[in-house]
Amino acid sequence: MSGTFVGMPAFPEAAQDAVRDTTLRGNLRHATHTIRAKRAKAVAEVSDWAALREAGRRIKDHTLLHLDRYLEQLEAAVTAAGGTVHWAADAEEANRIVARLVRETGESEVVKVKSMATQEIGLNEALEAEGIRAYETDLAELIVQLGEDRPSHILVPAIHRNRGEIRDVFRSRMGHWGRPAPEGLTDTPAELAEAARLHLREKFLRAKVGISGANFMVAETGTLVVVESEGNGRMCLTLPETLISVVGIEKVVPSWRDLEVFLQTLPRSSTAERMNPYTSTWTGTTDGDGPRVFHLVLLDNGRTDTLADEVGRQALRCIRCSACLNVCPVYERAGGHAYGSVYPGPIGAILSPQLRGTGSAIDASLPYASSLCGACYEVCPVAIDIPEVLVHLRERVAQGGPVTREGNKVVLKPAAGHGAERAAMRAARWAFRHPGALRAGQRLASRTRRLHPRTLPGPGRAWTGSRDLPAVPPEPFRDWWQRTHGGQDGAR
Amino acid sequence: MSGSRERILGRVRRALADAPRDDGPVERGYLRRHGERTVEETVALLAENLADYRALVHRCTPDELPSLIGRLLAERGSASVLVPPGLDASWLAGTDVARVADRAGSTAHELDRVDSVVTGCAVAVAETGTLVLDGSPDQGRRRITLVPDHHVCVVRVPDQVVSSVPEALERLDPVRPLTWISGPSATSDIELDRVEGVHGPRTLEVVLVG
Amino acid sequence: MRVALFLTCVNDTLYPDTGRAVVRLLTRLGVDVDFPMAQTCCGQAHYNTGYRHEAEPLARHFAEVFGGYDAVVTPSGSCGAMVREMYPRMGERARAEGRGDALARTLAPVVPTTYELTEFLVDVLGVTDVGATYPHTVTYHPTCHGLRALGLGDRPRRLLQAVRGLELVELPGADECCGFGGTFAVKNADVSAAMGADKVRNAASTGAEVLCAADNSCLMHIGGTMTRLNSGMRPVHLAEILASTEEEPAV
Repeated sequence: MSGTFVGMPAFPEAAQDAVRDTTLRGNLRHATHTIRAKRAKAVAEVSDWAALREAGRRIKDHTLLHLDRYLEQLEAAVTAAGGTVHWAADAEEANRIVARLVRETGESEVVKVKSMATQEIGLNEALEAEGIRAYETDLAELIVQLGEDRPSHILVPAIHRNRGEIRDVFRSRMGHWGRPAPEGLTDTPAELAEAARLHLREKFLRAKVGISGANFMVAETGTLVVVESEGNGRMCLTLPETLISVVGIEKVVPSWRDLEVFLQTLPRSSTAERMNPYTSTWTGTTDGDGPRVFHLVLLDNGRTDTLADEVGRQALRCIRCSACLNVCPVYERAGGHAYGSVYPGPIGAILSPQLRGTGSAIDASLPYASSLCGACYEVCPVAIDIPEVLVHLRERVAQGGPVTREGNKVVLKPAAGHGAERAAMRAARWAFRHPGALRAGQRLASRTRRLHPRTLPGPGRAWTGSRDLPAVPPEPFRDWWQRTHGGQDGAR
Repeated sequence: MSGSRERILGRVRRALADAPRDDGPVERGYLRRHGERTVEETVALLAENLADYRALVHRCTPDELPSLIGRLLAERGSASVLVPPGLDASWLAGTDVARVADRAGSTAHELDRVDSVVTGCAVAVAETGTLVLDGSPDQGRRRITLVPDHHVCVVRVPDQVVSSVPEALERLDPVRPLTWISGPSATSDIELDRVEGVHGPRTLEVVLVG
Repeated sequence: MRVALFLTCVNDTLYPDTGRAVVRLLTRLGVDVDFPMAQTCCGQAHYNTGYRHEAEPLARHFAEVFGGYDAVVTPSGSCGAMVREMYPRMGERARAEGRGDALARTLAPVVPTTYELTEFLVDVLGVTDVGATYPHTVTYHPTCHGLRALGLGDRPRRLLQAVRGLELVELPGADECCGFGGTFAVKNADVSAAMGADKVRNAASTGAEVLCAADNSCLMHIGGTMTRLNSGMRPVHLAEILASTEEEPAV
């Protein structure tokens, strides 16, 4: 993934600042709670939501289990419709292909539709290194790009910014990139949207190369689909002469008909709308309408490794709606940046450690960045059991085991730093297999209860730093039971 | 390039080597449409949902259409209107606003100087308040309904109206470039609240004619 | 019907009052409840922290201890969910690892017989009015595993509404996690504490004297936060409220 996140500290450390930043906490709380209620309303409007969710899950699972067949079918259909298909095994290869394609047009700037895949591979930075300037055109991406910030949400990368902060970024930075912000710009959302319209218009109208991702690719017809709101997507997909789409291989669906499920579940889950303002579909190139040249870059970058994991592969069902972020209590308090990835929140916590492996401090800590409350699973429109995958990845970190990395099967060793925990887990397992030992321990705790401190040293401080310990009772329940009911079933 | 193709497909096959590859059709337990409605109720729902997302909705008979379009362009103060090649000429009989043809050679900057565009549509979806354009002669190139700030879209009711997204997809040809439009352009990027009016036409007027 | 109390290791060690309350309540309702002394832990902490293989012997032990009962009742939503949701999954995983059906077969009998307390009361015994009296203002926090894994729905609320003298007030943001999450509470202490503080603030805003839940693990976290923040409220397990009568009121 992008180099932006190299050297990220582990999640708990990265979350520390966000938890204490009251402005950020307020911004995230306001935004996520606003959309939460609206999503619930939009979903409640359709009586067959559960069936749509189940069909979405099944379509995606079926596709993943036949991914080779559908990718080949897609390639053939796109090619027949006048497009050119490229295959990129990793980020570096994808960036190399895109840079070459842009260079071949003779252009030195491109306009971009918001795309998670191109963020994941760090395309903008790679193009910059080749002397090609990439303009982000989605409003939130623009805010992030102008502010030299990092994205913190899948749908709304600038969710950590409130309207006042956005106005400040526009006022101070727009002039460096093109048309400055209008004089006297206020922080009303309508004025901010107008400022973005004016700033980007000149870029759209002169653009010769557009770069996009896609929400879906239809294998049967070779059709790509982009779901958006602002019209920046339509600008990038139709005005330039050359269109380059970088899309993860898991975005394929078998048939045109399959869209009837996702075009119902995606808008309601992401922006809580019956339908988003604009959806564009295109199949190769069309004479006289839109780009004359179309390239599709199919991206692996860890997806086939994820596919190899029986439990973890369900993460590839994700349609990037962000509903799981918006309901997540951990995301709401830790913020998106703490996840150290363009994929924050619950889905990021299961996607990043699979796409990148669990080798780094941040990736090894992400599976633990959850209280396993299950709110994410409940809202997921393709029923990804995120808690199940989190626990599975915790196992990978704590116990090691077989995984696939870059196509090769390897056996991971348990991660460093879990030694004491492992020993404690084993000791607890031993004690719990020996009720006598458990009872001896309980009695010891009860007898010494007056000596217990209210705050603990060392790792125990993680609890007592913010919470009091419960008082240990004079006797455990089993001793009371033995005293009062002892004759009845003491032997079992 | 072909090396990576084989590498990725090989990885996929190895990843799925032990997976059960059942080939049954996917069960689709969801509804084809939500609720039963009369034709008139379906059209009314379309109007309601279009308006809910801030499209301006008008209804008229075929006879009234030219004068209505004329009035909409006049009220907007438009000096010029983009005309797709196959647009029924009678629709613009009630206005003398300057016509601009949808030509392959027009630049984006030229289109940006046109005030309005009038088109038909391929299908309209009542449950979601959506218009779908498929580039047919009465709709023109995708960009003509994108760059001008004022879009007047004529829907023939009830023929062009379906209830649901599944019914719309059935009617559409995936080979054609499609644009699904639900209200004027909007964004949720500021505090996850919806604001209308960004890059696409900020005024969408829908005429339900029938 | 042979009914066993699976109290859970946390309750046994730290919250014996909850255990005594369950025994008193079930006895009052005519259930002859047994406490198998060999019981220890369901293995949830091991499983959820990533030590599935360490959890397996505990699950087998659970199945040995509780296998012979018609119903196993537990006053913990999360431990109940462990048995009902995770034991079948552990069996599947063992099978996928080429270890055959042995684990799945061993665990299968206890899966359908394990009930969280409110399920047992409402679904098995068919009662919502358990004859309790508790003259206090109470707000109810539905714990995550009870709410989303077991789907307890309105059972706890119906039981509380039938308690004489009890005034039930709505908890704002009730469905939101309190931030306990087992080892999450120490591994991500800052976020956990922030979630706990928000939960306590919401609870305090109701003006209730008592925050009630059906899981002492969450209450340990919420209660520890309450005293640290001097909220003036106290955490009480649902069983203790349902066990309380005019003659023998809960303290």
